Amino acid sequence: MIFSRFFRRQAHPEPKLEAGLRKSRHGIFRQIAALFERNEIDAELYDELEALLIQADLGVETTQVLLDNLRQRVRREGINDPARAREVLRDEMVALLEEAIRHRRVKVYQRGVPFVTLVVGVNGSGKTTTIAKLARYHQDQGRSVLLVAGDTFRAAAIDQLKIWADRLGVPVISHAPGADPGAVIFDGLQAAFHRGVDILLIDTAGRLHTKYNLMEELKKIRRVIQRQVPDAPQEVLLVIDATTGQNGLVQARMFTEAAGVTDLVIAKLDGTAKGGIAFAIARELGTPISYVGTGEQVTDLAEFDPESYVDALFFGDDEEA
Amino acid sequence: MFEALTDRLTEVFQRIGRKGRLTEQDVDEALREVRRALLEADVHYRVVKDFIAGVREQAVGEHVLRSLTPAQQVISIVHQELMRVLGSERAPLRWSTQPPTVMLLVGLQGSGKTTQVAKLGYHLRGEGRQPLLVAADTYRPAAVEQLRTLGRQHDLPVHDEGTQVTPVTIVRHAVARAREQRFDPVIVDTAGRLQIDERMMQELEEIKAAVQPTEILLVADAMTGQAAVSVAEEFHRRLQLTGLILTKMDGDARGGAALSIRSVVGVPIKFIGTGERIDALEPFFPDRLATRILGMGDVLSLIEKAQQQISREESERLQEKVLAGTFNLEDFLNQLQQIKRMGPLTQLLELLPGVGQALRQQQVRLSDDEYKHIEAIILSMTPEERRHPEIIDFSRRRRIARGSGTSLAEVNQLLNQFKQMQRMMAELGHMAGMGRRVGGLRGLLGGQPFAGLGSGLDTLMSHEMVPRGLSPRSPAQAAALRPKTKAGKKAKKPKKKRH
Repeated sequence: MIFSRFFRRQAHPEPKLEAGLRKSRHGIFRQIAALFERNEIDAELYDELEALLIQADLGVETTQVLLDNLRQRVRREGINDPARAREVLRDEMVALLEEAIRHRRVKVYQRGVPFVTLVVGVNGSGKTTTIAKLARYHQDQGRSVLLVAGDTFRAAAIDQLKIWADRLGVPVISHAPGADPGAVIFDGLQAAFHRGVDILLIDTAGRLHTKYNLMEELKKIRRVIQRQVPDAPQEVLLVIDATTGQNGLVQARMFTEAAGVTDLVIAKLDGTAKGGIAFAIARELGTPISYVGTGEQVTDLAEFDPESYVDALFFGDDEEA
Repeated sequence: MFEALTDRLTEVFQRIGRKGRLTEQDVDEALREVRRALLEADVHYRVVKDFIAGVREQAVGEHVLRSLTPAQQVISIVHQELMRVLGSERAPLRWSTQPPTVMLLVGLQGSGKTTQVAKLGYHLRGEGRQPLLVAADTYRPAAVEQLRTLGRQHDLPVHDEGTQVTPVTIVRHAVARAREQRFDPVIVDTAGRLQIDERMMQELEEIKAAVQPTEILLVADAMTGQAAVSVAEEFHRRLQLTGLILTKMDGDARGGAALSIRSVVGVPIKFIGTGERIDALEPFFPDRLATRILGMGDVLSLIEKAQQQISREESERLQEKVLAGTFNLEDFLNQLQQIKRMGPLTQLLELLPGVGQALRQQQVRLSDDEYKHIEAIILSMTPEERRHPEIIDFSRRRRIARGSGTSLAEVNQLLNQFKQMQRMMAELGHMAGMGRRVGGLRGLLGGQPFAGLGSGLDTLMSHEMVPRGLSPRSPAQAAALRPKTKAGKKAKKPKKKRH
């Protein structure tokens, strides 16, 4: 199955996960397949391809870039077999994502030295659930995890994280609702070092990137972390809902500026959305995708692999599908 | 890349319009820009296609081709067409003839259902109703607790039965309780679900069958991309939606999803969510969303906000002062406090077309804290000093700085800028006094109004502004006047005023 590739290093290959993705792939697979089942590469092919890519939320510009690259290569390499053009398109899409991944800092996990992960994003993007999944992911790799309930703003956000922590058997550092997030994060760092945990996962309140004060708060949170541990946070994950449209680009830009985003997590990829905005972000900002969330189970998190992603979401696998 | 469509169209027509007479090809070129703008606003590909075809039909007509202002003409047609799709009037909530009216909020995970349930309850209580909120999301960890907390914070009754009872049972009990205790409406929070999750969609159908909701509102995130269509279609197919609540409209998403949803399922947009505060739920005005989708900001909302907060007499009094050149720091403080009541400054500026973008692009950051500093400085002055800032000498400045916990430099800056502002106002007053003509001032402000779509704005301007000589009644309204100028100017002015 193609999933074996998509979830190469997925610790729990559960059937439910496959079902989730299969649903999201279906329509566009057939459409892309049908598109290239023609006798020649003509204008109509490009038009329809444009439609499909835009409908996958890649955005006008990124779609244009991909199509231009495809056109160029078709011309230069004298390609006239649509099946071959399909492969070129696939390569171009993979290359776009790989280019971003090359910028990624290698993640070095040391036993007993907290690897600090700050998780940020707009409201409702799936931060807390992603943290639960990440905690589970690290547990499965044999690392000890500590959570920090840094969302002191939203009603019951702390409870939500605690429920997850209980289920996973992971400790949480939390303050009362309404407390200063900087303070609880400070405590979290202290605890992480004293206890010598491997991974410290920090939740933050959802915030729209247009809110100046809230983005300043993120900068402050970063400073609080850096004052204690100069090379932390080692990882700043921006969680983006797979259904996000072109606004995701602005989100990524603003969060990167305020919080120094290092990687993207594409959450909720189990619906019909293709998470195409990730291509636009990768192209414009060079931010790599590191994880994808594919379902509601705590194990529904996969490490990201460009080839598998492109295949799973756009091309399917002819022989196996 | 998100420059306003007006600018882009103007550019296109400037490029091609020199030939004297426009051709259909020219219109097509312009429509390509419209298409792009709509796609960038996340309007669904299919919807855009139909939409453009509709606009084209009208746009190739004689009056556009011969028009002296083709850009405005095309914008105007696009705007009208947007309005047509978005629905031309407000759609109020429907009420059952047999209370309680049940309202079901449904949608994807993270769209904002729980928050909107609380906001809707708060909103309707403000209208004299007795809402009962129902925590029927038994799946997401702490969702019940979240609604309970919101209820407690705002004194709204919440019906919950924990997470061990099925949502259908909870909702049924809640409606029975409402009947008994005379709550109306019953507003139900449901778990977020994917439209393709068969089991979860069935559950909603069961709830619907059990309590016959009058309103089934789809809560959709304004940032949603192309998936909005398939989501809405499926929810509508299964549940027959009655309306839409568009959330997170306080961000900078264009909200094209709303247009897509409207045109594929046809249900009206009933509310928009504009923030995390309990009162951040507003009725929906198609006109404003149309403007926003086109990247033109929301001037009308701003003007309305300003008008809500600043009384007529007060504004007339200030008007006189500005015209007479006697506007002093006391008046300024007064104004600041009024603006503050309108909400965070940054949010207000976002409403101005182009300003939000310009600010972001130019990395200009406005902090509401700066407000506090200015306020503190003025509050540390004696009434005499506020009325006559010119008497503030060095030793007074030092005292004020110490008293307000700011620095001498900040005090100096404020005073200098206030002096500048006074001078500017005096000039404006002077010119308004001489001219008294709309055209005059418009020309002076250096730009054209959005001729075509300005209907609303123009009416407002002519009613509200012209008789009073067109001088700004408050900094906010000065800002509201400014959309008529070019983008670059807009960006700079509010900044100047800030310090």
